Amino acid sequence: MKATALIAEDEPLLAANLKAELQALWPGLEIVASVAHGEAAVQQALALRPQLLFLDIRMPGMTGLEAAQAIAEDWPHDGSALPVVVFVTAYDEYALQAFDQAAVDYVLKPVQPARLAQACERVQAVLARRTPADAGAVESALGQLRQLLGSGLRPAAAGAPPLVVIQAAIGPVIHMVPVAEVLYFEAADKYVRVITAEREYLVRTALRELLPQLDAQRFWQIHRGTVVRSDAIATALRDEAGKVTLTLRGHPDKLGVSRLYAHRFKPM
Amino acid sequence: MRPIPHNPSMPTPTEAPALRPGDFLRHGLIVAGFNTFLGLVLALNREGPWHVQMVYAQSIGLSIWALMDFGRLLVRIDPETGWPAGWRRIALQGSSILAGYVLGSSFADLLYDRPLLEMWRASPRSVLSYLLICIAVSGAISFFFYARGKDQMRLRQLAAAQRDAAENQLKLLESQLEPHMLFNTLANLRVLIALDPPRAQLMLDRLIAFLRATLSASRAPWHPLSAEFERVQDYLALMQVRMGERLQPVLDLPAELADRPVPPLLLQPLVENAIKHGLEPHVEGGRLRVSARREGDQLVLRVRDTGAGLPADPAEVPAEGTRFGLSQVRRRLATLYGEAAAFELAPAPDAEGGALATIRLPWSPAA
Repeated sequence: MKATALIAEDEPLLAANLKAELQALWPGLEIVASVAHGEAAVQQALALRPQLLFLDIRMPGMTGLEAAQAIAEDWPHDGSALPVVVFVTAYDEYALQAFDQAAVDYVLKPVQPARLAQACERVQAVLARRTPADAGAVESALGQLRQLLGSGLRPAAAGAPPLVVIQAAIGPVIHMVPVAEVLYFEAADKYVRVITAEREYLVRTALRELLPQLDAQRFWQIHRGTVVRSDAIATALRDEAGKVTLTLRGHPDKLGVSRLYAHRFKPM
Repeated sequence: MRPIPHNPSMPTPTEAPALRPGDFLRHGLIVAGFNTFLGLVLALNREGPWHVQMVYAQSIGLSIWALMDFGRLLVRIDPETGWPAGWRRIALQGSSILAGYVLGSSFADLLYDRPLLEMWRASPRSVLSYLLICIAVSGAISFFFYARGKDQMRLRQLAAAQRDAAENQLKLLESQLEPHMLFNTLANLRVLIALDPPRAQLMLDRLIAFLRATLSASRAPWHPLSAEFERVQDYLALMQVRMGERLQPVLDLPAELADRPVPPLLLQPLVENAIKHGLEPHVEGGRLRVSARREGDQLVLRVRDTGAGLPADPAEVPAEGTRFGLSQVRRRLATLYGEAAAFELAPAPDAEGGALATIRLPWSPAA
């Protein structure tokens, strides 16, 4: 069976070895790229559109899971199937549980050829079942990823009360911004933009650290980089390609919803 | 999420509540037992029906017990013993004994239809003798309860301290033999065996030295600084196979410092930290410099990386594992050197960025 794959692994020896093992096990598999960190994995996956991704979990910059999310979100809306993901990890009991629950394939390092062969067979079966323009395949891949993202892999605020005010510095002044007035949060590199009806603020924290402190009923994640207050949303519009765009009450910005979160916007 | 690390030098407060309902019941039963005994002794010595002495003894004894035991609910008690501290305890016990005596004897007077406090007028001498017996007995019993409460508290503290110590030992071992590091190293080794057997042997030798040092670190209190640097070298060699170009280590140990005694694997958590939080997450990697210097009457050890740097708000990010590693370093320094040693983790002071960890030890630790 012919297929294309990308390997993301930050340790050079292990990347070379995985490539060699894969070529021995699956001669029809073409490794289109081997990259050493998460950002490169996203960029190369979107450029080369491989059918299969081997993602190391712990990588510099972006984790394998974050890379998988970014790839799924930015994959073009042209009906092409999302790549099948196989995670690679040395040791992470929490991740393994999550993978099992979401029925996502993984291999443990050191990679055992028998286990890798098994994973390859499963991937081949998934790819063989796929037909062109198969919406079900995309949806099931998204479902797995959603479940992974929602599982214990991400830090959850353990019963802590949700944040009430955001303390944002503008010059020497600290502005106390009530969370209830925030329309949406947007990740901007190592910062988060905090947008209210009147103005916007910049706080020096990562969105992934802010997210667990927000009330999940009120604040909905709609993209890896965007969290919106649900009662600030005026309309959700779905275009022909299936892409959902939100308009807000009292603010002209339009927000794009990634395909991972688009299922939230359905008529009641 | 992993449990919050805590400091074992301060045993965690015991979870058991200071006042447990079972204790009140147990105290009451013990008091009733004493009353019975006392009532019998008094009945044998006096004229009249035996049950009178018994009723008076129970009535007075239980009144004192109720006032004293439940009185603890009204005053501020020491959560560790279950009793008020210092003069408050004396005041509670003294006033309970007096009030309990008056209350208990009046209650018994009512039962036997005697005019209230008749005996106080008729025979102050015998009232005084009863009161003295009463004070002696109640005083002894309440002291017994107090001592028992204190004892149980000590046992609970001891158990908690032992649990903490065991837990810390386990966490220390886990942090030193970090499974992620171990399995990744083994994965590299597995590849090298086929690719480059001599290099695989070298790597295996490093791993063996690292494991041996880690597992026996707690056995010897000191080793020379040169040995400490060799252990760091083993670890860095393992990490270099994994990280390749992204890790550029520099070890700087002046020859005249090679024999200085240091606690084994003191630098290990700092080096691991610099890699795990500084260089590994940093896409470009960077340099790691471990150095030793004599500065006045101090031996100064530094671990510096040019990696991702420290989080802006020191309270927010350092992950569980790191905080444990760092608190472990602080604790060891405090145990071995007291105030004479210092540890600091700060942003590196130059343009290259990254973090700088500094340990200052007294030049002559024996002094």
